Amino acid sequence: MSRVFRSRRIGILLMAAGLILMGFGIHRGEMAVVFGKAVNICMECIGIG
Amino acid sequence: MDKNKSINQSANKNESQSENQSRYIGVNEWKRHGFQALWALVTNSYLLGFIQGKIYKGRLKNLCVPGLNCYSCPGAVGACPIGAIQAVVGSWNFKIAFYAAGFLVFIGALMGRFVCGFLCPFGLIQDLLHKIPFPKKLQTFRGDKALRKLKYMILAVFVILLPMFVVDILGQGAPYFCKFICPAGTLEGGLPLVLLNKSMRGAIGWLYAWKNAVLLATIFLSILIYRPFCKYICPLGAVYSVFNPISVFRYRVDKESCVDCGVCAKVCKMQVNPVEHANHPECIRCGACKKACPVNAIR
Repeated sequence: MSRVFRSRRIGILLMAAGLILMGFGIHRGEMAVVFGKAVNICMECIGIG
Repeated sequence: MDKNKSINQSANKNESQSENQSRYIGVNEWKRHGFQALWALVTNSYLLGFIQGKIYKGRLKNLCVPGLNCYSCPGAVGACPIGAIQAVVGSWNFKIAFYAAGFLVFIGALMGRFVCGFLCPFGLIQDLLHKIPFPKKLQTFRGDKALRKLKYMILAVFVILLPMFVVDILGQGAPYFCKFICPAGTLEGGLPLVLLNKSMRGAIGWLYAWKNAVLLATIFLSILIYRPFCKYICPLGAVYSVFNPISVFRYRVDKESCVDCGVCAKVCKMQVNPVEHANHPECIRCGACKKACPVNAIR
């Protein structure tokens, strides 16, 4: 079991790093930018803008 | 004498290999396609959008989805992570996308390119297109390996560098990947919205024509080649591929059980040999090798 855990350690550490990055991004207000883009039709994405 | 014996054994082994190959070559993928379709439905469950020609504007759009799913698709209930990165990197006040990048690191470290095989609606579309019969399907070609590096260049240039540095007077960069390349945006967002909105029909121009040409090329190539967009273009696949060898959930090959029959490599449509590299960056974890293995050596 510990061997399995060890082999997965890097993945688990990176998952934690990902969560920290997400938290930092949310904290500085990036989610609002994503939300603002996602709730309006992205003209560039659909090939009009 | 011993040498002759080993040659005979090797010949017998080769014969049994080809027998195995022909026996296991057809792997039933419909169960996976069912899961992909269900996930596509979950992440595009705002069905009213397809009737009204409008997009979902609720709070769920704060969250990214793991696959390439245009947030301008009328049914989309989440945000596309590649679109989210470009939106933040191209905004005037933020130049580094911690939230979307962190999301990709989390998902990538958890399951790698399992997302490509099971959780990407555009992957499902390519899977289904490849089932259309065509006189000559291309498994690989000269330059295939080199061309697979293109997706990393697209990630660096179109998703990060251009939106970051090619900006307008307000300091805002356009989502260059979405604008000039992404066929998923045209298929999931562009076509339905233009069909359902009269005002949008009047606004189409050369960019719409270009994006439709890219979509048509992708559709044709998907019939000919298995998942050409995932192999050569997709920046999301490029991100997840980096995490494939180290993700928490990954394949393991039991070398003691493995009989070196080569069936797993033969059934892999991404041209990966799981025995040599069980978690190769190009493996989309579709599970075909696992199903085909006659001794269940892949776990």
